[in-house]
Amino acid sequence: MLERAMSGSPRYYKLLGALAVLMCLGFASYLLVLEKGHGVTGLSRDVSWGLYIAQFTFMIGIAASAVMVVMPYYLHNVKDFGRIAVFGEFLAVAAVGICPIFIIVDLGKPMRAFNMLIYPTLWSVLFWSFIVQTGYLLLNILIGWNVLEAERKGTQVPGWVKPLIYISIPWAFGIHTVTAFVYAGLPGHEYWLTAILAARFLASAFCSGPALLILLCFLLKKYTRFDPGRPAISRLANIVTYAMFISIFFVALEFFTAFYSGIPGLEEPLKYLFVGLNGYHRLVPFMWLFVILGVAALVLLSVPKLRNNDKYLMIGCACVFFSMWFEKGVGLTLGGFVPSPFNQIVQYAPTIPEIMIALGVYSVGAFVLTVLYKIAVSVKEEVGA
Amino acid sequence: MKIYDGKYILIGLIIFIVLATFPVWFTHGRTVAPPDLKLDTPVIGKMAVKQCVLPKEEMITGHMKLLNDWRTQVVRNNERMYVASDGKTYEMSLQNECMKCHSNKSEFCDRCHTYAGLEKGVDPYCWNCHIAPKENK
Amino acid sequence: METTRRTFLKLGGVCTLGLGTLPIVNALGKTDPEPKFVANTRELTARRWAMAIDLKACWERGDPKCRECTDACHTTHNVPDIGNRQHEVKWIWSESYGNVFWSAANPYMPLDLDRKPVMVLCNHCAEAPCVRVCPTQATFKRADGITVIDYHRCIGCRFCMAACPYGARSFNFFEPRPYIKTELNPRFPTRDAGVVEKCNFCEERLSMGQIPACVEACNKEARAMYFGDLEDPGSEVRRVLAQRYSIRRRPELGTGPGVFYLI
Repeated sequence: MLERAMSGSPRYYKLLGALAVLMCLGFASYLLVLEKGHGVTGLSRDVSWGLYIAQFTFMIGIAASAVMVVMPYYLHNVKDFGRIAVFGEFLAVAAVGICPIFIIVDLGKPMRAFNMLIYPTLWSVLFWSFIVQTGYLLLNILIGWNVLEAERKGTQVPGWVKPLIYISIPWAFGIHTVTAFVYAGLPGHEYWLTAILAARFLASAFCSGPALLILLCFLLKKYTRFDPGRPAISRLANIVTYAMFISIFFVALEFFTAFYSGIPGLEEPLKYLFVGLNGYHRLVPFMWLFVILGVAALVLLSVPKLRNNDKYLMIGCACVFFSMWFEKGVGLTLGGFVPSPFNQIVQYAPTIPEIMIALGVYSVGAFVLTVLYKIAVSVKEEVGA
Repeated sequence: MKIYDGKYILIGLIIFIVLATFPVWFTHGRTVAPPDLKLDTPVIGKMAVKQCVLPKEEMITGHMKLLNDWRTQVVRNNERMYVASDGKTYEMSLQNECMKCHSNKSEFCDRCHTYAGLEKGVDPYCWNCHIAPKENK
Repeated sequence: METTRRTFLKLGGVCTLGLGTLPIVNALGKTDPEPKFVANTRELTARRWAMAIDLKACWERGDPKCRECTDACHTTHNVPDIGNRQHEVKWIWSESYGNVFWSAANPYMPLDLDRKPVMVLCNHCAEAPCVRVCPTQATFKRADGITVIDYHRCIGCRFCMAACPYGARSFNFFEPRPYIKTELNPRFPTRDAGVVEKCNFCEERLSMGQIPACVEACNKEARAMYFGDLEDPGSEVRRVLAQRYSIRRRPELGTGPGVFYLI
């Protein structure tokens, strides 16, 4: 089916071309990092994780787009999702596919990355993170590809795919939990040391992943002959709405524990993020964007007349996606480093090479996504779905 | 039997064979002197029996394995004193033991490494961290 | 003999496999003689190395600007001087009391106590979070209690830096050699860009029968550092801990730090 990605409209090629340029620029920036060292990034001794790890954390969440379609369809027979299951799975492939790339570009010695396999360390969460990411990637590639292939041929899905589908459901819950465990088991960072971090990760994943999938579905409807169908989109929108409410509720829970208990270790990171602390307030605008977009999203999604309107649903989903990006992809990783182990505040800002590398990695994901979606769409169009 | 695009396939095949055999025909006929390893350091000069940790042939092929084993023993097991097959004891250290005798790295280690294409900075990158002895040049 | 091409290929495959077993058997049969090691008679041994820093002695007997421990350590171990806070590499250094023991500080303390220097370094914790998180076991706990970094194995993921609650670890953002301002100690390697480093309780000096460089340097100045075996009741560390009140950094985290501060 890969040959279907080799031919397309001029717009298709232009998109791939633009993404390829971004990938090359990102790669060139990465060569600079390999040459000079990570000192050319904004990382510091006090803020040792930054843009790359934050994006990794966020994109693991997007990979939930698959399970939120697969679970209702295969476990609860929601027929509407049959049309778009493969698109959810392919989005998960693109998302979880660039997660290892974000890790690799962050490593100080990427040429030694295989040490994680040569010397497997079962008590290290990072080892398990690597295992579950790779596993989820393989699961979704195998499942999505074979289900699509069966649809193209007009045959039944091969028997061995079914167990993989059922495994992928708890596995999806696993990838977010393990990613949360990377943060939530570290004794020195009060902002991360919360038991509900895994639950927060799951909730924000289950709203941001499907929100992006909805937006992609609208794009498909506009630019291809394949219509995902409003029933599928509406059901997804319901899931996004509930998940967004839970997500915001969980964040509010953190605020309660921090400020009702009055414990400085809990209050200080939240103060730094939302109002500034001791004159340091670099992330405040980003966190308020999280709040404003989050509230806008909740309004647009909870009012049925708005949720059922295509235009407002799209705006709502964009609000969900970017709101969650500000909370998880900006606030979470950086907030954990404030205050430092010496009770000081050191701020972080990515440098140009760092941003170019991140954009390059995102372009890889977008490229993979475009190619996979092109294949899926051409099959669906051919079969007359 | 009809070969489709035969012209292009043949041209591509020829280009590939030329590129793949580049190392063979590019240096054909040229003589490169084998590496000339100098063992005339002051410390080796003073040795009564000029014997390394391992016999010469084993050292040539196996010095990386020995160094890797030594690294594991020193760094991870805190073992430092190695007993060679001839009973002599050595402190397991590249910088402080091997280079004690072979203090002329550029006339010894580098000779073979450069000949084999292992230039400093690429491979072996041991010397990025392990300090090479100062040579009086 | 009549045979099909398929059968011929099958037989050929089996014969090739058969030919291949001889080198494998040879390789398995050849056993390298077990390398022999002999005890290192010079080394200092302990069941758990620990350090006690006498802040009172440091403040009373020492020059406020004294950094002999830092200088001795950084010279011995070829620690680079990057020169800016963002990328600096440090194994032992001074922080102000208010930044080290902020939860113990109160507004009614002696006015200058907040700013007094406290030497901080890796605590070589009994339950080290950095060891727990390292995905390659490049950071590991030795039997004598020292938390060691294997710089050959470190992939530079900096998970250990996130895990350490004491900020004891430094990442090599650049190739360190151009930044080494002191004369290179030829007996100890430098590190490479991309790995994390920290105090190693001078394990290489211990193996040669010498006490840590910082303790040796302080012995010439304020005599404020004690080093010894925490599990040996006769060691100088245990003696001084039995005589004086001591605190450790963030003990409530359960890390079991091995650096004690006598106040």
